[in-house]
Amino acid sequence: MIRVLRYGFFALIVRPVLLLLLGTNIRNRERLPPEGPAVIVANHNSHLDTLALISMMPLRDLPKLTPVAAVDYFGKGAFGWFAKHIIGILPIDRSGKTPRRNLLDGAIAALDAGKILILFPEGTRGEPERLVTYKKGIAHLIKIRPDVPVTPVFMHGLGKALPKGTYLFVPFTCDVFVGERLIYCGDVGDFMSDLEDRMNVLAQQGCFPTWE
Amino acid sequence: MSVSEHVWWAIAVIFALLSLASLIAYRLSNTRPGRSSDELTLRIKSWWFMIGIFTVAIVIDRAISTIFLGFIAYLALKEYFSLIPTRRIDRIVILFAYLSVPVQFYWAHTGWYGMFVIFIPVWMFLFLPMIMVFKGQTDGFLKAAGTVSWGLMMTVFTLSHAAMMLTEGDRHNGTAAGAGLLLFLVFTAQFNDVAQFTWGKLTGKKAIVPGVSPNKTREGFIGGAITTMLIAALTGPYLTVMPLLWSALAGIVIAMAGFVGDVTMSAVKRDLNVKDSGGLIPGHGGILDRVDSLTYAAPVFLHFFYYFFVGGRA
Repeated sequence: MIRVLRYGFFALIVRPVLLLLLGTNIRNRERLPPEGPAVIVANHNSHLDTLALISMMPLRDLPKLTPVAAVDYFGKGAFGWFAKHIIGILPIDRSGKTPRRNLLDGAIAALDAGKILILFPEGTRGEPERLVTYKKGIAHLIKIRPDVPVTPVFMHGLGKALPKGTYLFVPFTCDVFVGERLIYCGDVGDFMSDLEDRMNVLAQQGCFPTWE
Repeated sequence: MSVSEHVWWAIAVIFALLSLASLIAYRLSNTRPGRSSDELTLRIKSWWFMIGIFTVAIVIDRAISTIFLGFIAYLALKEYFSLIPTRRIDRIVILFAYLSVPVQFYWAHTGWYGMFVIFIPVWMFLFLPMIMVFKGQTDGFLKAAGTVSWGLMMTVFTLSHAAMMLTEGDRHNGTAAGAGLLLFLVFTAQFNDVAQFTWGKLTGKKAIVPGVSPNKTREGFIGGAITTMLIAALTGPYLTVMPLLWSALAGIVIAMAGFVGDVTMSAVKRDLNVKDSGGLIPGHGGILDRVDSLTYAAPVFLHFFYYFFVGGRA
């Protein structure tokens, strides 16, 4: 039942609304991972990021797509239920209560089950349309599962359409740049700087108007 | 609204022409692959799309056609707002600009000419900067007020003239009605794009505005305009109430306006450094590139028709 609701939500609401009100231009769509286990890493500007990323993938992959999100933000209420079952998030506890070594257990189990994780290493929605330093969780995860490919994705426009701190949605075209997949190189620090470089290169492919 | 026989025949001829064009493009892409043949294939594809939607829309209902045209205007406006620099504080202003689209096309649909013609140039023109002022950020105010108003005029107001053409045509364009008048405009404008492009490729030497668009040449413009005039003289008496000579004049008017619309959009893209809008920002070379000539041709031709044939001065 929930499965049907999830399909319905994405096929009948999210996709048509994003298509009509936003319109996404995806460059190098073929670089998106065709199957799990895989990790998609993206910059985070807006609540729409997760929905847009899920909509970019074929509908038949929906059961595999698993956005990783902070458990405290979404909470336990109706919003939390919706995030968990309909959006399909994998909650991560960032409060510090879970022991550090167990923090990634859920993510690892998901990868082992062939899921495609969606990660936002900026940690939270930052200042719209600005890249900030990445958290290293992704590198630690990949260190444990080094065969899993990581696909960087840079998105622009969603932070203008629905930035942090507002519910006023204003249509803007969304540009998406998919990078080539990254394979773990054996060092957490190197992996992170490699990832950041890739994201910056992707960001420079676009020619974005200023927005202050 | 029943669609006149004339419009059906015109659509049939366009389908035949497009089939021929597709065939030629297919052979070209096999024998001489490259940028120009890709561009040609892309153009023909978008014409199929346009004529397909157009046919469906006019067969079903004029309201559907108007909604469709309004949607095109919305997409053009969205593309414009996504390309230009904007201020974060103006998000609400931009939302109001979007909301003016259905309103403007509603005026066109009801045929309330007075409101149609002042709503954006007067009411929205005064309203949007007022919101900006109340928001209180003066830094960049003039630029924001200018670019937002110009974009709204250049996309929504101009393209709503195509919808008004359906309404006015139903009243004043005889049996071919609004569909005939709109088809005449769109066909002539698109034909002119191709004619100017072809003449320019074959004979073009001297660029008219080299700083904006180096491949728009005097030879291409003149050759294209004369060809367009001839085709308009042929089709005009069939699709509109305009007799042969007036149709020829309308052809020249549409050719000139279409040219100006084309180079104006080129100037915008140059200014924004998106010369090849299809390459630098994928997909952005969408709607604006397709409707550029109509942004000038639609209002100019509507008011030409209005002055001489609705106003009875012809």
